[in-house]
Amino acid sequence: MSWVTGVGLTPFGRHEGRSSLDLMTMAAESALQDAGLARADVDGLVCGYATTMPHIMLSTLFAEHFGLQPRYAHAAQVGGATGFALIMLAHLIVSGGAADNVLVVAGENRLTGQSRDMTMQTLAQAGHARYEVPLGPTVPAYYGLVASRYMHEYGLTERDMAELAVLMRQHAASHPGAQLRDLIRVEDVLASAPIAPPLKLMDCCPISDGGAAFLISREPLSPHALRIIGCSQAHTHQHVTAAEDLAHFGAHAAMQRAMAQAGVKVGDIGYAAIYDSFTITLAILLEELGLCERGQSGAAAAAGHFSSDGELPLNTHGGLLSYGHCGVAGALAHLAEAHVQLTGRATGRQIKRQPVIAALHGDGGIMSSHISLIMERTR
Amino acid sequence: MTSSSMPQQTPLDWTDGHEGLLFEDCGVCGKRSYFRRGFCPRCGSKSVEVVASQCQGTVYAVTTVVRAPAPKWKALAPYTLTLIDLDEGPRVMTHASAGLAIGDRVYVGWQRVGERVIPRAEPLHSQDKEIL
Repeated sequence: MSWVTGVGLTPFGRHEGRSSLDLMTMAAESALQDAGLARADVDGLVCGYATTMPHIMLSTLFAEHFGLQPRYAHAAQVGGATGFALIMLAHLIVSGGAADNVLVVAGENRLTGQSRDMTMQTLAQAGHARYEVPLGPTVPAYYGLVASRYMHEYGLTERDMAELAVLMRQHAASHPGAQLRDLIRVEDVLASAPIAPPLKLMDCCPISDGGAAFLISREPLSPHALRIIGCSQAHTHQHVTAAEDLAHFGAHAAMQRAMAQAGVKVGDIGYAAIYDSFTITLAILLEELGLCERGQSGAAAAAGHFSSDGELPLNTHGGLLSYGHCGVAGALAHLAEAHVQLTGRATGRQIKRQPVIAALHGDGGIMSSHISLIMERTR
Repeated sequence: MTSSSMPQQTPLDWTDGHEGLLFEDCGVCGKRSYFRRGFCPRCGSKSVEVVASQCQGTVYAVTTVVRAPAPKWKALAPYTLTLIDLDEGPRVMTHASAGLAIGDRVYVGWQRVGERVIPRAEPLHSQDKEIL
């Protein structure tokens, strides 16, 4: 058993002059404070990667910098799914007895630490070095391919996808830490610049600086500890060319296993924290996970189903699409928001029907790596 | 067809600078893989034959790279990118002429980009001969 006992999240956007280590430090300090723990209490540390600061030992680099001497530490990476993979890893470490309080920390100055072209090129290397990258693809293009097929299979439209961008912006507008807070309309999304059709600028998440950190503990040490009751993964392919089918993905199997482990059904889920690097990512995942019917995610969003006061509040901080995306910490912002919503600490944007169970899902690569988590409020 | 049983001729394709698409055909389980590994990723057999594709197929997915990743590509943008299901089975990523849609029949030809030759899908009209 394990508990998320502390949460730290920086605003996302521009953090001029701050390095990845600075952003990790900011988030880690805030998570320790939230958990009511001191550096000496941290005996485990896991982290991901920062594209602006490649390092073969990021965890111990951070441990030395921050002032930790853990008895368990290393980094792990599965692209956009890394954040939730680290939470699952911390859960396993704590449950297995290798440490009592594991710090999960991520941060990157991806916006101000390198050029936009450099970020595009670095991320496109998720493609196959021999068979894909020599064709000049981009991550939006990989997802543009996915979108074209998925729309063809299920009748999802560009307007449906735009509804999800509008919803994420609406949610971000009530979070002071969000990078993009100006309200947008469906027409604005449809009229935004083409990037990799059917994906347009507003279908894509921004590039951000930011950090996020959590304490995962064996005991519910803080008054707002949230219990991790289900974790599972599925890894079906690496490259979009090698995916067997762009209408079905590993998300379904991962979430089914996580829910079975947690002993919950879809109807028990009161809050959804779903990876949304592009509107198509969010649409597919909502539909794959069974949170709405195939092809219906846009219609459900337009009908208010995923709004703060709806049946299933979704990414109430604005998601990657509007809170921002700084790499590993990007998806972790989804967990930070789920945590404060479930524990009644979301202040002005608190969901009125305080949820008990949250389902979280992360995707890495090109719908390649899937990680599902289930969290429960126990008091 | 090029066979791996002809050791004097190492098969080459566009990734080696030659016009051609190759794939591996497993002699044990029959799986056909575009990414050549020298073994079958499904059953593990090393009896895989390297086969040259006839370069005809059907569009499985399509997008256009408008926002290109680097200066070299910006000069070419916008360019169409497709996933093509070859008639022999494997799926391949290629450039393509504009205006293709999912389900369209295509043949894969070749395009020079800088030093490289890359595959480019073109519509295969019904009046064209299907087998080259």
